[in-house]
Amino acid sequence: MAKFDFVLAIGGTPGQGINTVGKTFNQLCARNGFYTFSYSAYQSIIRGGHTFLTIRISSEPVANHGDEIDLIIALDKNSLDKHIPHVRPGGSLVYNSDDAKKQPPERDDIQLCPIPYKELSKDIEDRKLQRACLNTCLLGAALQLVDADLDMLEEVIINALLKRKGQVVVDANIGVANAGYEHAAKHFTQFDTKIEKQEKPLAFAQGNELMAMGGAAAGVKFYAAYPMSPSTGVLRWMAKNARDLNIMVRQCEDEISVINMVIGAAHAGVRAMCATSGGGFALMSEAIGSAAMMEIPIVVIDVQRGGPSTGLPTKTEQGDLWQILGASQGDFPKIVVAPTGLIDGFNTIPELFNLVDKYQCPGMVLSDLMLGEGYTTFDTDQIKWDQEIDRGELITGLGQTEGEYLRYEITDSGISPRAIPGTPGHMHVVATDDHTEDGGLISDEYTDPHKRRDIMEKRQRKMDGIVKELPPPTLEGPEDAEVTLIGWGSTHGVISEAVELLDGEGIKTNHIQFKWLYPMDEDAVNEVLEKTRYAIIVECNYTGQFARFLRGETGFKANGHIRKYDGEPFMPHHIVDGTRELLIGKSELYVPYQEIVV
Amino acid sequence: MARKERPIKAAPTAKDYIGIKPDWCPGCGDFGVLSALRNAYAKLEKGQHDHLTVSGIGCSSNLPGFIHTYGMHTLHGRALPVATGAKFANHDLNVVVTGGDGDGYGIGGNHFLHTMRKNVDLLYLVMNNETYGLTVGQASPTTQVDEITDSTPFGNIETPLNPVAMAIVGGATYVARAFSSEGKILAELMYEGMRHKGFAFIDVISPCITWKGDEIFDYWKERVNALEDHDTSDKAAALAQAIKTGHETQLGLFYHDTSRLSLDQMEPVLKDGPMVSQAIGVTPEQGAAILQRMM
Repeated sequence: MAKFDFVLAIGGTPGQGINTVGKTFNQLCARNGFYTFSYSAYQSIIRGGHTFLTIRISSEPVANHGDEIDLIIALDKNSLDKHIPHVRPGGSLVYNSDDAKKQPPERDDIQLCPIPYKELSKDIEDRKLQRACLNTCLLGAALQLVDADLDMLEEVIINALLKRKGQVVVDANIGVANAGYEHAAKHFTQFDTKIEKQEKPLAFAQGNELMAMGGAAAGVKFYAAYPMSPSTGVLRWMAKNARDLNIMVRQCEDEISVINMVIGAAHAGVRAMCATSGGGFALMSEAIGSAAMMEIPIVVIDVQRGGPSTGLPTKTEQGDLWQILGASQGDFPKIVVAPTGLIDGFNTIPELFNLVDKYQCPGMVLSDLMLGEGYTTFDTDQIKWDQEIDRGELITGLGQTEGEYLRYEITDSGISPRAIPGTPGHMHVVATDDHTEDGGLISDEYTDPHKRRDIMEKRQRKMDGIVKELPPPTLEGPEDAEVTLIGWGSTHGVISEAVELLDGEGIKTNHIQFKWLYPMDEDAVNEVLEKTRYAIIVECNYTGQFARFLRGETGFKANGHIRKYDGEPFMPHHIVDGTRELLIGKSELYVPYQEIVV
Repeated sequence: MARKERPIKAAPTAKDYIGIKPDWCPGCGDFGVLSALRNAYAKLEKGQHDHLTVSGIGCSSNLPGFIHTYGMHTLHGRALPVATGAKFANHDLNVVVTGGDGDGYGIGGNHFLHTMRKNVDLLYLVMNNETYGLTVGQASPTTQVDEITDSTPFGNIETPLNPVAMAIVGGATYVARAFSSEGKILAELMYEGMRHKGFAFIDVISPCITWKGDEIFDYWKERVNALEDHDTSDKAAALAQAIKTGHETQLGLFYHDTSRLSLDQMEPVLKDGPMVSQAIGVTPEQGAAILQRMM
């Protein structure tokens, strides 16, 4: 079967149904077995503004939105003018010619595909409906250009609209899709790339949904949230599936309530989780430490957006690393993990729950907008629902302990068996004040420096166990590479592709991607880092948060840095250009220029 | 202060609920509340392990250590959301929240509003002493106007809030006011509050002799009266009584709404029993259906 890699983008104003088109198109791709990765550049408004959705379609799995756009669908005049420069030479631009009273700025290296929408949709009498069908018409034309089958689009339209909007709307959409398709067949030239149907149909999901699904697979029974972009997708999935899966989902008055409810539910014996973004996480900080102090296992997801403060609500950044590392006062055991892809987000949640249950501490997940709101199609075999669930040393009935029960028993591992409320014979108080072995409340009256030292060391001993369980990063690619690109979390896909491109240019490159960030095994990580010759740390923030963290943990100093903090995610060529530039040796820092401005 | 292992009793008495020795100042109103709570727990005829006593931070929030049940001594102001989470994970537990006026009406005020609104099945006891005792006597949300405190050396100019009126308006379905010196009445109100399905709230006048002086008990005794000829099902009447609440105050049950379901009763995901005893994870059939919807 022929390989293909094709990038389609759709520009318009919010309210023109770009996300609907994006979803429809992804569904279409899933049914045809195409792999996709979608990234939507948008703004924090419901009507007005501008949205630009990029969908990369491939015969192979893809993990970023690519470098070049083959085909742009411009739903309004603004998109037409704005995005004409972004079509690759030889690509096509589909637009509504009614909008373009003046011809678009001439480009002789691309195919302009004007669609006379008013004419093609003249049978639709309802003006509002006519306007609403524009996206389907242009999509029909675009599908013709890649020689795709229109029947499948019809099926998707029926599925999406029949129940919700009725037959009239379905007929109007199918009518204009066909009209667009036929118009394109008559007037425009098709791409050489033929997007052929693959054998196995795929499913499609957003990263946030995959993490929520991971929570369900991990046995989460309690999920709480306060709406916050770009993490709300997790809440949406949980709320929608709560009743089918018997998961308690609560929307709270603020993030402080969210995390405290999660702590209460976890203490009473269920797996409990919450998700937020940086600002919400800031409100949760105090309670993170309380979970560690009371030794209650919880999972908190931070889907990062541009900071500081309210920052860039709809833009991506890896800017919360130090917030997560430093959240809450004092020293306490914790685990920080950054999933390296959308499917990895699914797997990470059960992995993390087993660890936090075993070590009775908070676990924090660093996702970001690109990962959380990115869409991908995937082979459903990748989703393993029957995840191993290990609740750790949990006391749920009589006969599991001998003699007096000590909730915070001093042990070699630092792990003290945890009795849940309702269990006869194991009553105890868990306190955010520091406490002795029996968990009884200590007021300052009983504070004892030796007991404090013992309990502090007991808690921190858990870190010795955790660090051994977290796999160190691996070196991907040839050991003798000239350049090593180092990233963390969500950038795995885009860095991998940059590595391939650099290899193609004759710059032999390999790749280290960090997933488990904290605690970090200094020796194990240094063993991997020692093999690098010219190391470049790639990350989406201004100050090089990961570079500084890595240096602090291991003493490793990278040779160069590629950093992006304009709100848009890396494209592969940003990293390729940066690597070339850094190798010249004039600077240790490269900040890519974002060409596509939305 | 290790506790001795004690036998598990089917019918624990008030004595069985004794925890470690309280570290409150001698003469504190909170002793009366603690004693009443032990009596109320004993009267409820549940196992000791079936109670979860949850508090925030402050003098009165030290209470869970002094009572022998499962306990949580959470962050300042956060007892209500923690208790809500625990209740939803295991609604078979009798969850009682204790704290003070600073903890509940100040830093935790937002949670107070929303826990009432949601009618979560908890008993919330606020030991209202009109001061921040543990930080040595600053003005609290219930400190009276003109009162001189550590943080208001020239007199308090802020109006105190009216917790009873707030609770009636805010959606609590069992609202009472009591005095820590009237232990029998208080225990009875607690017992009924625990039996009530929904958010039960008792504002307990629990005077602080350390920051308000020895005469504070006499001061209150002269100013409290039992509610009489009052229909507890009449919300408007309850509010009318509550608005009068200040330093000349009525005591007793202001409002009791038995018609509204508590949140756990309304939540369909609890129909198969407490969350903590339910099956976990996703069955192959559920998983296949989820993925099918994504195709």
